[in-house]
Amino acid sequence: MVAVFLMISASLAMASTKDEVQKRGYLQCGVSTGLPGFSNPDEKGNWTGLDVDMCRAVAAAVLGDATKVKFVPLTAKERFTALQSGEIDMLSRNTTWTYTRDTSLGLNFAGTDYYDGQGFMVSKKLGVKSAKELNGAAVCIQAGTTTELNLADYFRQNKMEYQAVVFDTSDQTVKGFEAGRCDVLTSDQSQLYALRIKLANPDDAVVLPEVISKEPLGPVVRQGDDGWFNIVKWSLFAMINAEEMGVTSKNVDTMKNSSNPAVQRLLGTGGVKGSFLGLNDDWAYQIIKQVGNYGEMFDRNVGAGSPLKIARGLNALWSKGGIMYAPPIR
Amino acid sequence: MAPVTQTRPKSTSWWNSAQNRALVFQVLLAAAVIAFFVYIGRNTVHNLEQRGIATGFGFLNQKAGFGIIMHLIPYDESYTYGRTFLVGLLNTVLVSGLGIVFATILGFIVGVARLSPNWLISRMAAVYIETFRNVPLLLQIFFWYFAVLRALPAPRQSLHIGSGVFLNIRGVFLPRPIFEDGFGWVTGAFVFCIIATIILKRWATRRQEATGEQFPVFLTSLAAFLILPTLAFFLTGKPLHWEYPELKGFNFRGGIAVIPELTALLTALTIYTATFIAEIVRSGIQSVSHGQTEAAYALGLRPGKTLRLVIIPQAMRVIIPQLTSQYLNLTKNSSLATAIGYPDLVSVFAGTTLNQTGQALEVIAMTMSVYLSLSLLISLFMNWYNKRSMLKER
Repeated sequence: MVAVFLMISASLAMASTKDEVQKRGYLQCGVSTGLPGFSNPDEKGNWTGLDVDMCRAVAAAVLGDATKVKFVPLTAKERFTALQSGEIDMLSRNTTWTYTRDTSLGLNFAGTDYYDGQGFMVSKKLGVKSAKELNGAAVCIQAGTTTELNLADYFRQNKMEYQAVVFDTSDQTVKGFEAGRCDVLTSDQSQLYALRIKLANPDDAVVLPEVISKEPLGPVVRQGDDGWFNIVKWSLFAMINAEEMGVTSKNVDTMKNSSNPAVQRLLGTGGVKGSFLGLNDDWAYQIIKQVGNYGEMFDRNVGAGSPLKIARGLNALWSKGGIMYAPPIR
Repeated sequence: MAPVTQTRPKSTSWWNSAQNRALVFQVLLAAAVIAFFVYIGRNTVHNLEQRGIATGFGFLNQKAGFGIIMHLIPYDESYTYGRTFLVGLLNTVLVSGLGIVFATILGFIVGVARLSPNWLISRMAAVYIETFRNVPLLLQIFFWYFAVLRALPAPRQSLHIGSGVFLNIRGVFLPRPIFEDGFGWVTGAFVFCIIATIILKRWATRRQEATGEQFPVFLTSLAAFLILPTLAFFLTGKPLHWEYPELKGFNFRGGIAVIPELTALLTALTIYTATFIAEIVRSGIQSVSHGQTEAAYALGLRPGKTLRLVIIPQAMRVIIPQLTSQYLNLTKNSSLATAIGYPDLVSVFAGTTLNQTGQALEVIAMTMSVYLSLSLLISLFMNWYNKRSMLKER
């Protein structure tokens, strides 16, 4: 009996997540069950996407190797429990930063890696041009999302009725939409574009112009481990700063000899130390070398270099008309 | 001769008595189990606090703010999370209740058909059982929902099946009866018929026991049921009209809508569980010795009556306990609803509500206790029924 007690107390004693990850040798990262552009497995089981690259960046910073990540696919319903219970080290799964989630779920949001907003997709055949014409429509939604709440708010505000057809995964939601179970599919705009290319005939569906909510998406960690929170936060900030300074995965080695003090601080060749995060001095160098800067990550997964071809829009750097802004590394 | 001094048997010490020892060990074990759960409980609360996760049942009074497609009691986004619990619970009870009724009927028919002397009928029953028993339930639910649903037309091309009944990909739309003043008389006549039938049945049984004469109870009460309420209906001036569903905008409005999620789930649950019930019925019937059939025939009973009055009542002893576990399975399996978006308890409460509030422990505890209570209620009822229908030896 005593032995059992000791075992339980030992496993419950909270070790720092960073130490655990380093001891284990890989990062456990919660991602979606399959959303092109954000986290999607190919037929060989390799995960790609913006959320996936965020995981890889943290692995590069902590372990020096961006490939040392075990991806845990989670539905919207499962994601927070998985993080709270310690099944994953971090969650990078197009998750909206909201007041309730930040304050009552024991979670910390480590910044925004994609500024999104909720929209509607309808079949072209319906001839609907605006979300205001959707009174009485059946709407397909994914369970357990902020989307479900925004939708209710929007229809109430505009004195319209709707029927909510709620599915578990985005795959089922698309199937329901394709089968004609609902007139409208609602989700974050980025997801709508991603789900649209999953349709048998993407051209039959059209995304309506209305954006009805703010959806800042970003990586999430458990509360109570500030060291780990800092690492995830600054992994993202390092990528945004790198884009701002023009440091890319291609030129990062030559940039190492740069005389620009800001670049030197970023790449760990002069100035501030990686030890503030408990990491090697080249932590940010590893991220940029292996994963790239924020702009590269965006283009490759959802932007011009991807099938989604989403414009930078709000996600452009603050210096280029967007709101992507990271605190300086100094 | 000196009297033999009676030596008392050497008293064993207190802890050498088997009874006392057993007591001590049981108390120790109970204490350890309690201590273990107290420890786990306190540990959980401590961890929740440390990680800043809110606890308690206060969230049940918060506004839910999301829509649910099917609700048997009034519900919209302005109701509370507590209400979503009730809505989900009732939807679970509805689909399990209907599933149990349909699966029992289908299962009995197939089970009896499986034993039919007709080669074709018994083979068809066998094929049905073997097919649907061996395909996972989740796949069947997907089949009925996605494959069959896809074949149905869009709302504007709905199939029109008879007056005011429409079928399309959004479900089945039926006319809704609207009752006016005076309909109470019709209901009253109906209730009167029920009571009269019960009394008639009792009287007929007593008369048969006394005189051996039979009375056509079924035909008499059928006639009463057909005539009396109809008479009341016309005498009160037809106090009933129908609200027909109408195509407006995206879909039909008005009338009664049965969502396809319910149909698909109910179909899958019924067909799947009925295969098991059919096998239980078969084994029950086969457990009755063939001599009973022969004896019944020898008395001049026809095969139908033999089955109804001699075989099935004896088979029920074997059937009922197994039937109970199938009913429990069906109720629990209804939670697969979440895969196709039928708003049952697991989907609405343990799904959306859990996720919106983050109160995992409370929500899961409530959901688990619902399934536990439902199972216990079913068992309780079936055990009562089993006792009642047990063989009475005279």
